[in-house]
Amino acid sequence: MDYNVILNNLPLYLNGLLVTIQLVLIALVSGFGLAVPLALMAVSKNSYLRYPAKSYIYFFRGTPLLVQMFLLYYGMGQFEAIRESVFWMLFREAYWCAIIAFALNTAGYTAEILRGAIEQTPFGEIEAANASGMSKSTLYRRIILPGSFRRALPAYGNEVIFMLHGSALAGVITIVDLFGAAKIVNSRYFVPFESFITAGFFYLCCTFCIIWFFKWVEKHWYVHLRPRTS
Amino acid sequence: MALTIEVALLSLLISVILGLFGAIAKLSKSRIARSAATVYTTLIRGIPDLVLMTIIFYGGQIIVNNIGDSLGWDYIDISPFVAGTLTIGFIFGAYMTETFRGGILAVSSGEIEAALAFGMSGWKVFFRITLPLMVRHALPGFGNNWMVLAKTTALVSVIGLHDMVYNAGVAGGATRQPFTFFLVVALMFLCITGLSDLGLRWANRRYSVGVRKV
Repeated sequence: MDYNVILNNLPLYLNGLLVTIQLVLIALVSGFGLAVPLALMAVSKNSYLRYPAKSYIYFFRGTPLLVQMFLLYYGMGQFEAIRESVFWMLFREAYWCAIIAFALNTAGYTAEILRGAIEQTPFGEIEAANASGMSKSTLYRRIILPGSFRRALPAYGNEVIFMLHGSALAGVITIVDLFGAAKIVNSRYFVPFESFITAGFFYLCCTFCIIWFFKWVEKHWYVHLRPRTS
Repeated sequence: MALTIEVALLSLLISVILGLFGAIAKLSKSRIARSAATVYTTLIRGIPDLVLMTIIFYGGQIIVNNIGDSLGWDYIDISPFVAGTLTIGFIFGAYMTETFRGGILAVSSGEIEAALAFGMSGWKVFFRITLPLMVRHALPGFGNNWMVLAKTTALVSVIGLHDMVYNAGVAGGATRQPFTFFLVVALMFLCITGLSDLGLRWANRRYSVGVRKV
């Protein structure tokens, strides 16, 4: 092990870490925003709403993230209409392509998690809300969605970790995230072990932070389930 | 597509074997085996598969040749196929460990006690009682792992294996129609996952015969 290479390139890695965190956060937030309406569509009784949402979820969960990212990054340039529209500003940049691909992908997975959680809402809760004269939107806002978020929490924690791991793919399309930084160090000094293990170590730290964060959130959200301490 | 399926099935085999050993180790009485298995699953599940794959592909090459040098072998070239298959098998071995561990724990202890009372040896109990009974509990998790594994095989194109993602990139570049080619690849993956979904549902029904549904 040559520690000097790692130490000399630490700024590169830290920058990469920052890019990774940025990518993951933006993708998660926008993906979640997309997932809530998708999940609601997927449980709706109207088949015009249900089938598009279900096929969206099926497509994004059934194909590899790498292929989805390539479809956006390499594929979009194929269409004249897109190349001449304002969207080309987005699809020209690897950074935005990665973010859009990650957001769409995590939206598919999150929608499926939320769909399961919504369907598990105890029927008594809905009945009680109806009995107290809540309108449909109030019912969703106050009863179904908050309860589903709580039920979805453990599965969503896993999804966040998968998103972190998936974000390493950004390094493949020229973005200098953690993996991209490791690739640069490896090609410059040819030290595959040092370069990639360092990146792996940083990813490991991030994973532990996420696990710890979700444990903390669970402690707060699951207060009512904790055994009573006198 | 044939190559993708080949990589997927071979690494599935490796991961199932590793997963069984890992699950036995995690449930064993030996502290060393338990902690070794815990380190294995934690490390693998904490590091992105792409990073692991590059570590094993580039790093494994160096290790193998260092060993080879000291033994006086010629230069050994690890092909992307071997590296990719081994890595994916190695990664999903960790996920399988957790799935199988849960499955084994779900087998009711009465069945195992009964087997022991019949005078079966430890291995016999495992192969005749625990293993067949644990399949039912482990099947949903196993199915999920297989789907994720099948999609992970797309990563082998990054380390230079000419699978369908790689070929689509080449063909798309040559014909200037990358979207079309990648879309076809995406649909092929959908076929694989869709068919596996059907197969798993069938297997699930078959292994749950005799279980009362709520």
